[in-house]
Amino acid sequence: MSAESLIPPVLEARTLGKTLGGNRVLDAVSLALPKGCVKVLIGPSGAGKSTLLQCLNFLIPPDSGTILLEGREVNGKSRRELCALRQQVGMIFQDFNLFDHLSALENVRVALMKVKGMSKLDAGELALAELARVGLADKAALYPANLSGGQKQRVAIARALAMDPKVMLLDEPTSALDPELIGEVLAVIRDLAQNGMTMIVATHQISFSASLADEFLFMEKGRVIESGSPTELLRRDSGSRTLAFCAKISELSGEADEMGAESLI
Amino acid sequence: MSTTYLEFLRAELVPGLMEGLWTSIVVIVPSAALGVLIGVLAGVLRVYGPRPVQRLTEAYVSLFRGTPLVVQVFFWYFALPYISLGGHSIVLDAIPASILAFGLCSGAYQSEYIRGGLNSIKRGQIRAALALGMTTRQAVQSVVLPQAFRRALPGCGNEIIYLIKYSSLASIITVGELTGTATTIAKNSWRNIEVFCTLGVYYLTLVTLATWLLHLAEDAMSVPGFERHKS
Amino acid sequence: MDFTVAYNAAHEALPYMLGGVVWTVGLIVGAMLLGLLLGVPLAVLHVYGPWPVRRAVSVYVWLFRGIPILVQMYIFYFGLLSWLSGMPLFSGLGLDSPFVAAVLVLGLTSSAYQSQIFRGAIQSLPAGQLKAARALGMTDPQAIRAVILPQALRLAIPAWSNEYSILLKDSALAFTIGVVEIMARMRAIASTTHEPVSMTFLAGIIFFALTWVGVKALSLLENRVRIAGYTRQGAA
Ligand SMILES: Nc1ncnc2c1ncn2[C@@H]1O[C@H](COP(=O)(O)OP(=O)(O)OP(=O)(O)O)[C@@H](O)[C@H]1O
Ligand SMILES: [Mg+2]
Repeated sequence: MSAESLIPPVLEARTLGKTLGGNRVLDAVSLALPKGCVKVLIGPSGAGKSTLLQCLNFLIPPDSGTILLEGREVNGKSRRELCALRQQVGMIFQDFNLFDHLSALENVRVALMKVKGMSKLDAGELALAELARVGLADKAALYPANLSGGQKQRVAIARALAMDPKVMLLDEPTSALDPELIGEVLAVIRDLAQNGMTMIVATHQISFSASLADEFLFMEKGRVIESGSPTELLRRDSGSRTLAFCAKISELSGEADEMGAESLI
Repeated sequence: MSTTYLEFLRAELVPGLMEGLWTSIVVIVPSAALGVLIGVLAGVLRVYGPRPVQRLTEAYVSLFRGTPLVVQVFFWYFALPYISLGGHSIVLDAIPASILAFGLCSGAYQSEYIRGGLNSIKRGQIRAALALGMTTRQAVQSVVLPQAFRRALPGCGNEIIYLIKYSSLASIITVGELTGTATTIAKNSWRNIEVFCTLGVYYLTLVTLATWLLHLAEDAMSVPGFERHKS
Repeated sequence: MDFTVAYNAAHEALPYMLGGVVWTVGLIVGAMLLGLLLGVPLAVLHVYGPWPVRRAVSVYVWLFRGIPILVQMYIFYFGLLSWLSGMPLFSGLGLDSPFVAAVLVLGLTSSAYQSQIFRGAIQSLPAGQLKAARALGMTDPQAIRAVILPQALRLAIPAWSNEYSILLKDSALAFTIGVVEIMARMRAIASTTHEPVSMTFLAGIIFFALTWVGVKALSLLENRVRIAGYTRQGAA
């Protein structure tokens, strides 16, 4: 037994199941996120990636299965436990979901005050620091309507980070962005990963995530059908579904050259 | 004509209309409050209520929006006393009858704006609030209400401005508010044009004042993305 | 309350009340057309006119939106029109008829609101439309007639159906100056039969039905003049 298996994963899901409108959207999905690891969730549209991520913090309550935070099972029925779980699990949405009526600073500050009960002054100070961390200290007073997509997503990341989460769930954080704005958000995510943040990211940015991920999870029809390190799965002769899928989307998005290079590993 | 307009204005019109103005305010303020109260209640029920309650509020709204206000005023004042339940019937004085009529009708319109405001909030906003660990109550307080309020304010404010104008209908059921008083003065003086045009100026002033106040409120609440549409 | 009595009274009153529909419809049609006739040029002037003209249109809109319909009815019927028809030049034109006064009041007020509707529609069109027309060598009036208005009027139809239902309800106020439309007849019958409850319900139902018919008709019109792929969202 290795040493790390004695420490429970930060977040673990066991046999999650979810049926929506008659569809088996999640079919006994299990996964574990040990401290500091970065996992990447890929798969075709409708595979259930968003549903899985939102089940992890009970934004969508799973029909069956259990969620464990640092080895302790979370009771989804208890409102107190839910709020506690969500404070420790940061979430980033595809379409940012900044609070439209609040400035960047207020967006980061509001949950610190309401949920953590911090004073306005302390919350403001921390919020400013988090905004600085994503390079947006000078945009603190702007409202979402006046921010670019990339800036909005960075504010959203700052907002989640301010809660000091133990793990982050990112659901296609760059797919609503114009190509030239993707880089600034990816840079922030890379920074997070390198600083040891535990993360699970659903994304179509294959080459970027291949360089960060400890593990790729390939999902289809509500199941994780392949998992492994990116080098393993993306090796040209691996014959994996993951490789076939990645080759296809990379071709479409013009990433083929980079891909070719990486899949030669 | 024996006296000039200015003399007439000073001696008869202004004193009379001032009294009428007071009565108008006595009618408008409670009806507006009642309208907003009913509107918020009905609007919230239309969006978040259980199905049968939604249906019921929809029916209320289309009934009161689908018939002329003057018919409704007539009903509450003249017809209501004829409805007896177990030998009891309700007779309303003219002022309470107008307040009830205006409040109920206005509430139906207000509920439209409240509903619109609530519906305009994207689902993601609540999700994001919950994802940060807020309780549903906190999410409603610090995300849903502030946004819905800003979206509904212009419509609700406009509805109150309409109410100011339609309060003139109270004169039809003998309330001596602005229009009622003016009609009386006109009958006694035979100076119709002067009386009614002056009356028009009173309403214009009221409406302009209310519009200005509304804009002040909107500007005070304005943030980028929720600006007032300039008209 | 006796329901049989009420029902019979309503039944008997029905033909007389329906006679009022003619007047109500006359009022609305007259007012809507007058409102359209004045509203479109007012809107164009409001958007493209020089500033004194724009200002004047604003004042016009402010006046008619700020004074209650009821008060306007009194100003026009008991004031302006009875005064005008007393002058030799205007006598015999029927200006002292309550119907004319009511159509004028409803129509002028509607023109103020309609001009706002059309102005909104014109301003929601992309600026490129006017540019493209100018690039083809059209003069501004030509461009407005051939390019801007055909689009703006289509966009305005939904708001127009709202305007219809507002006019319908406001038309009931014409009874105060003696037009024998539905509300006037309801009042008369209610007081002679002492059945105000059934009469208000009857009037309510008739107004309700008229709202429904009008809104349906306008949505048919909207479908009829629809251009494929051209919707409010599409244009905005
Ligand atoms: N409320 C619902 N009712 C019925 N089916 C639903 C509902 N929500 C999601 N689904 C279905 O669940 C499946 C998984 O959806 P999900 O959004 O999790 O996919 P995804 O992998 O995130 O896809 P994408 O890459 O497009 O974001 C889809 O087939 C979707 O149609
Ligand atoms: Mg998704």
